[in-house]
Amino acid sequence: MRRGQAWAWVVFGLGALYFLLPLIATFIFSLSIRKSGYTFDAYANVLADPRFQSTLGYSLFIGLCTIVVGILIVVPAAYYVRLRAPKLRPIIEFITLLPLIIPAIVLVFGYIRLYNSSSLLPLTSSFVGTGILLTFAYVALGLPYMYRAVDTGLRTIDVQTLTEAANILGANQMTILARVIFPNIIVAVLSGAFLTLAIVIGEFTIASLLNQPAFGVYMQNVGANRAFEPAALAVISFIITWGAMGMIQLLSRFAPKTARKD
Amino acid sequence: MAEEFLRIEKLVKTFGGNAVVKGVDLGFDKGEFVTLLGPSGCGKTTILRMIAGFERPDSGRIVVEGKDISGLNPNQRKIGMVFQAYALFPNMNVADNIGFGLKIAGMARDQREARVEEMLKLIGLAGYGKRYPFELSGGQQQRVALARALAPSPRMLLLDEPLSALDAKIRVSLREQIREIQRELGITTVFVTHDQEEALSISDRIVVLNAGNVEQFGKPFDIYNRPQTRFVATFVGTLNTLNGTVADAGAKTVTLGGSTVTIPALPATARNGEAVALTMRPEAVSLANGAARDIVLDGRVAEVSFLGSVIRLKVDLGGNAISLDTFNDQRTPPPAHGSQVRVGIASSDVLVLGN
Ligand SMILES: Nc1ncnc2c1ncn2[C@@H]1O[C@H](COP(=O)(O)OP(=O)(O)OP(=O)(O)O)[C@@H](O)[C@H]1O
Ligand SMILES: [Mg+2]
Repeated sequence: MRRGQAWAWVVFGLGALYFLLPLIATFIFSLSIRKSGYTFDAYANVLADPRFQSTLGYSLFIGLCTIVVGILIVVPAAYYVRLRAPKLRPIIEFITLLPLIIPAIVLVFGYIRLYNSSSLLPLTSSFVGTGILLTFAYVALGLPYMYRAVDTGLRTIDVQTLTEAANILGANQMTILARVIFPNIIVAVLSGAFLTLAIVIGEFTIASLLNQPAFGVYMQNVGANRAFEPAALAVISFIITWGAMGMIQLLSRFAPKTARKD
Repeated sequence: MAEEFLRIEKLVKTFGGNAVVKGVDLGFDKGEFVTLLGPSGCGKTTILRMIAGFERPDSGRIVVEGKDISGLNPNQRKIGMVFQAYALFPNMNVADNIGFGLKIAGMARDQREARVEEMLKLIGLAGYGKRYPFELSGGQQQRVALARALAPSPRMLLLDEPLSALDAKIRVSLREQIREIQRELGITTVFVTHDQEEALSISDRIVVLNAGNVEQFGKPFDIYNRPQTRFVATFVGTLNTLNGTVADAGAKTVTLGGSTVTIPALPATARNGEAVALTMRPEAVSLANGAARDIVLDGRVAEVSFLGSVIRLKVDLGGNAISLDTFNDQRTPPPAHGSQVRVGIASSDVLVLGN
């Protein structure tokens, strides 16, 4: 037992080092813009850059749209599959995994081919249209995470009995979904939402090929042209991502209200 | 002829080639408390779910107050239902749970609040409105579920084994409370259970089901005392069986352990020399052999179970065994294990059941 535990700690330590060392190195480097000692000047430069603010704002906005669209698609779908077509679950699960298997670049080339300016639905010919396209691409990217999070949430409640109880009280499908099912899986939905946000904030390939002013593209630009600012930017984006993850942890604290613990 | 409140006609339901409900015909009166009783898997829940509208019958009709409701969705049927699993909405407090149906129906807020208060009083949980389901015991949750089902004043109440997840003590007190509330409101109620004691104690009438068929439909007294089939007799209550031989079918006499007795219930179809199973309830057998108890048998006490007010003895009659109940008597202890006793049975209490 003792030995096993010691080994566990060694493995954990090595893992932590593997993750933390590059981070610490990046952080120290980001503070070293001046020859004399450490300063936060690189951070000041980044934060003062108007392109930083506008690209981050754009990505947050697209992230929000992605979450809303994702929820509207995934929650009813996962609910329906659990309630009416449990046999389809493995198939649906496989479909939601496809975005992990198909590279983003394949997805975006497909989009450009389908929706270019000479197509039937020329989404790429306008800024708003391209934004919509980007949103849907991100919905696809977030699908594996969103679906899994929602499905896990649905597993913690008795979907069928709750649905029937609300139904016999006069509620229709829409009302049941909005007032009974959704409030009970909100924590799971939000954890899927923050994962999606974390993906959207750092995404580069699709945004770049669709030529959108996204945060990922900006990071890449800065990285190619400056020395210390990219390090600061990396730390900032890391904080944003981990902030989103932290929110998931925080939210799960509010979960006990929804279920009896026994 | 008085119109029946709920009529079920030739109801059939099959799940993947497996017939679960096989042509059930029933009629319930308004304000009646009817229990569907039967062993696990006999189709009780399926019948209830067809009344609620959660399952579509393969054929047959469900008629409420003269109108066929088979085509309606559950949310159009105006029926209240309490489920076996605590089906309270976990995200809503008790008051919001009870008020859910009223809110859906579009009732104004102050009216709704008044109705919720009224329901909380009815179930004896006044002051619990702000609590969440996870803060309540199982019994309290089922009471809230009952209040939630009753709040929109449904025309019928369905309960699917609402007590089966509760402790024995709470089960008894809650079933009495359910019955009391049902009487007070006069609401037609269909209750499902596989517990025969529960069924006998609270029902106006009982439907005994077996493998998708109705075995008997009647008052608890008749179900218990005049079971029409062997299944009903054995499923409801304890039954003694004594094996005898028909001595003279015309005179209705049977040879039983060496002596010949007259059995008024012997069917006319019996033939001389044929084996016959005589059945009777434990309480029809007694240790006293008064004038009314014309069948007298000698045996040895094989088992003594002291159940409190009642003592159940198992007596070995040499080939046949018989259970009998005697009331506890503070002054006389029951016969000891292994002692010789004489039991008396009134031949008029003996049933002869076909298969
Ligand atoms: N949705 C379904 N799909 C397939 N078979 C079903 C379905 N619902 C019920 N059955 C089957 O129908 C039969 C009767 O089920 P039902 O739930 O009506 O029994 P029950 O009398 O309520 O039993 P219990 O006392 O165990 O609740 C069972 O054999 C069950 O397996
Ligand atoms: Mg059942």
